[in-house]
Amino acid sequence: MLINHEDIIAASATPQGVGALSIIRVSGKNCFDAVDKIFKGSQKLSSAKSHTIHYGKIYSHNGNVIDDVLASVFRSPNSYTGEDSVEISTHGSQLINQKILETLLKFDVRLAEPGEFTKRAFLNGKIDLAQAEAVVDVINSRTEASLKGARNQLDGLLSKKVNSLREELINSSSLIELELDFAEEDLEFINLDQIKLKIEKIITEIDKLLSTYSFGRVIREGVNVAIVGKPNVGKSSLLNYFLKESRAIVSEIPGTTRDIIREELSIDGILFRLFDTAGIRLTEDIIEKEGVLRSRQAVADADLVIFMNDFESGFAGEIFNELKSLSGTERIITIFNKVDLAKNADVQSDLNISALSGEGIEDLLKLLKEKAIGTETYSEQTAIISNARHYAALEKAKQNLLAGINSVEEGMSGEYISVDLRNAEQALGEIIGEVTTDDILNNIFENFCIGK
Amino acid sequence: MKEFDVIVVGGGHAGIEAAIAAAKMGCSVGLFTTDKNAMGRLSCNPCIGGSAKGHLVHEIDALGGAMGLIADKTGIQFRTLNKSKGPAVWAGRCQSDRKLYSQEASRVVQSTTNLEIVEDTVVEAIQENNEIAGIITGKGVEVKCKALVVCSGTFLNGLMHTGMTATKGGRYGEQPVVGLSASFEKMGFVSGRLKTGTPPRLDKNTIDFSVLEEQPGDDFPEPFSLRTPKELFPFLPQISCHITFTDKAVHNVLEKGFDNSPLFRGLIDGVGPRYCPSIEDKIVRFADKNQHQLFLEPEGLDDDLIYLNGFSTSLPEDIQNEAIKLVKGLENAVMVRPGYAVEYDYFPPYQVDLTLETKLISGLYFSGQINGTSGYEEAAGQGLVAGINAALKIQKRKEFTLTRGEAYIGVLIDDLVGKSTDEPYRMFTSRAEHRLVLRQDNADRRLMKYGYELGLIPKEMYDELKERETLISLSNKIVGEARLKPDAANRALEKNNSPKIEQSETINKLCKRPNVNLRDLLNQLDKSKYPLAEALLKDEKAMQQVEIEMKYEGYIKRQSDLIIKMEKLENVQIPLSFNYKDLNTISMEGREKLHRIKPRSIGQASRISGVSPSDISILLVYLKN
Repeated sequence: MLINHEDIIAASATPQGVGALSIIRVSGKNCFDAVDKIFKGSQKLSSAKSHTIHYGKIYSHNGNVIDDVLASVFRSPNSYTGEDSVEISTHGSQLINQKILETLLKFDVRLAEPGEFTKRAFLNGKIDLAQAEAVVDVINSRTEASLKGARNQLDGLLSKKVNSLREELINSSSLIELELDFAEEDLEFINLDQIKLKIEKIITEIDKLLSTYSFGRVIREGVNVAIVGKPNVGKSSLLNYFLKESRAIVSEIPGTTRDIIREELSIDGILFRLFDTAGIRLTEDIIEKEGVLRSRQAVADADLVIFMNDFESGFAGEIFNELKSLSGTERIITIFNKVDLAKNADVQSDLNISALSGEGIEDLLKLLKEKAIGTETYSEQTAIISNARHYAALEKAKQNLLAGINSVEEGMSGEYISVDLRNAEQALGEIIGEVTTDDILNNIFENFCIGK
Repeated sequence: MKEFDVIVVGGGHAGIEAAIAAAKMGCSVGLFTTDKNAMGRLSCNPCIGGSAKGHLVHEIDALGGAMGLIADKTGIQFRTLNKSKGPAVWAGRCQSDRKLYSQEASRVVQSTTNLEIVEDTVVEAIQENNEIAGIITGKGVEVKCKALVVCSGTFLNGLMHTGMTATKGGRYGEQPVVGLSASFEKMGFVSGRLKTGTPPRLDKNTIDFSVLEEQPGDDFPEPFSLRTPKELFPFLPQISCHITFTDKAVHNVLEKGFDNSPLFRGLIDGVGPRYCPSIEDKIVRFADKNQHQLFLEPEGLDDDLIYLNGFSTSLPEDIQNEAIKLVKGLENAVMVRPGYAVEYDYFPPYQVDLTLETKLISGLYFSGQINGTSGYEEAAGQGLVAGINAALKIQKRKEFTLTRGEAYIGVLIDDLVGKSTDEPYRMFTSRAEHRLVLRQDNADRRLMKYGYELGLIPKEMYDELKERETLISLSNKIVGEARLKPDAANRALEKNNSPKIEQSETINKLCKRPNVNLRDLLNQLDKSKYPLAEALLKDEKAMQQVEIEMKYEGYIKRQSDLIIKMEKLENVQIPLSFNYKDLNTISMEGREKLHRIKPRSIGQASRISGVSPSDISILLVYLKN
């Protein structure tokens, strides 16, 4: 993990696979000289101005042209990492990409470690800790909503919010300290009820942030939905309908076993992973047993369960009972298929659909979304937490503040209340890197993928 | 040529402690002072202790210093502040008889063996190859030394202001010290200017006390020092202070003088303390306040002077006089001496190490106001540490430093060295993140060990403490195990209006309730089963320790969670040779400050203002490599 800014790093900045373009990023002091050794254009990059683009050819070390490229020059400190950087835009081929990198590595350039570009950006003060973490999320985002969430963290919305809470807390602490250190002065000291109100206000704000977590996590990680029901109630038809109707379907991924089929579906920018499960009732049949266990696991792991029945065979009570033992009832959506065969509405039903005609499917999508993220709407200006570390730190701050309120209620004097307030300040500080140990840093940086 | 192991410059509160400590540790000490009769003079208010300052006095005492004993001998009013709050912020404060305090300080210094008082002004320090070699006095005498402790107070190029009149001097009627600052600057030290102020002194016989609110001392005064015999304390008759207030009319008169205020006219370059503003500052900054509180503090039993605390000013004398006559009770008051502001040189304390030795010149120590502090107690604490380290260095023994977790003295010096200061620095309890454990009542348990090892605390005293420690640790175990049956427990609970219990409960649990005290609970315990309880009941001090630690266990634990986290950073050492200049990844300001201060650890670095959190993260990453 040696950080030497004389030390030039390079990596592919675009994902592996075939695309129209592919970008290789090079960063480090005077990295232009290194790139000049393989790049031939009308002008040497080492003499080029910052933020200019240059057309040229990349030659391998034995003199063959590898590709026609565009090289963008960024001079320190005005680059992503804060160092001298070059971005080489090549034709999108894994092979070209690989060859250019290999050639570069022969000229005092080394392959970047995971997250090393972002780490350098952080070390150069280009981004703060919360922003650095958001970079990972931007890169990993699979849907539009998740990209937006990560973007607003990257823009420092969360840092700003946490900072302001921390300041409010420091203000309250100051009021308490005042009385302890200036007991003799003729001052109007704040009464403890007011302190309590102030702390409660901060807790409310923290709660608001905490409540965005499920939303934040959902847009970041997606929602797992298990579809459960008796054979022939129309599970495949439902999946097929989704496949057919929803243009937003991301991909079709074969299940790990033939028992579970997985589809990915995007509803209003939120990623849903649908699992079509086989039976979940325990059985003695050795061949079936394996599949049942897997299905049960899928149900237990699912964020939501679509429990599918039809009007032909009625409510499958015995399956429902099994379901309840695997998943919370609030996570189960009970639907009845084949609404055309309905004689009268079933009381157990949340929703009636027809997987053939598509009736009720819109409502089902709406319900899925509602169950996943609630009815709360977030604007782009809302600070949202999607990171488990941030959640834990906010939760800790909240617990400290609750302990503080408890001390106020027990009539403890200021120096005791202050202990909890200071702990809360510390917890909030951890989110924005106010107090950070190298453990946090390493943990964060290890979560990065190469080339960011 | 005359020669001392240690020369101490100045006979104020820092100088006294430094000189006595070094002499007791076996060094030959010369204490140089311009005026032998000004030893330990209380230049500002006649008071020792107060919030956080009382803590410092207890710590100085536990380490074997002199301040607590002198204050106990000469106090004419003792109070414990914050008594309504928890024990961590209880703070002793006393009014002292100014003359007697100085006399007693003089007596203590004079009776110390190995210590010679020299009445002469030090005007130059001499160094050879960046090592201190000696001094030159105003009389032209050169004296050699192995270590020099400078405790010059407000005397370095001191300049006093009253109105538009500026007089050279470090204190009323006393000449400044000129030349010494320049000799330090020649060595490469950077100096700055600070300001402090003092209020007018009034004639006691011209004040109508009958219309003023009286503030008496505590009914059961507590001494500062563990060595003060309780049966003889207090030594002197105890008297009251009085409280009065300014009003709008007073403010109006004072405002007339603003045109001739050296403060507002920019005549004073030095930065004054924000926590102790002059009355003119208060009127301007808190314009919506129609009155300000004033304390009338007697300067002594046999002294006609009254110190008008809260009325520090450098306005013209006639304005001071006119305004005072409008204050309730002071209508006929005669102002014996006007208030004044004093400006003096200090050397921003990033230039000293945690031992208070300067980083530039080996064997040279700074302590007290020269390091930018204000207050007798802050000065004394530093003097003690500087004197001890001067002696240790000469004797080639391991240096002595205190951590933030051990003592307010540790917090004080760490703050000075790490954050430096650009206003007079005063101690507050809120500066100590370990506040709940840095109490007056356990100063001996925290620090006496060091005092003993250094040779400043007698063996009998230390043995007594060790014995008590044994009793405390055995008792800690018993209160966790011993249970009281409901009938026994309820007798104690009822007495304190605490709800009764129905099942037996441990002493520890019961004692955590508000209002319930350990004594009542122990009284209910079966002594034949727990003979130790009897011993504990007889040792008030030990019982107090057991009770406090039990009652506030949860909080102390929560506080230590924070401390443990901090200490992790404290333990990441930064080599002195670390080159910040090439770290262009750290902010300009951060780099410059780190380079100047050269922190010893990441913990210390993180407390430097201007060093941002991300600078610290960056340092951490670099140090790991």
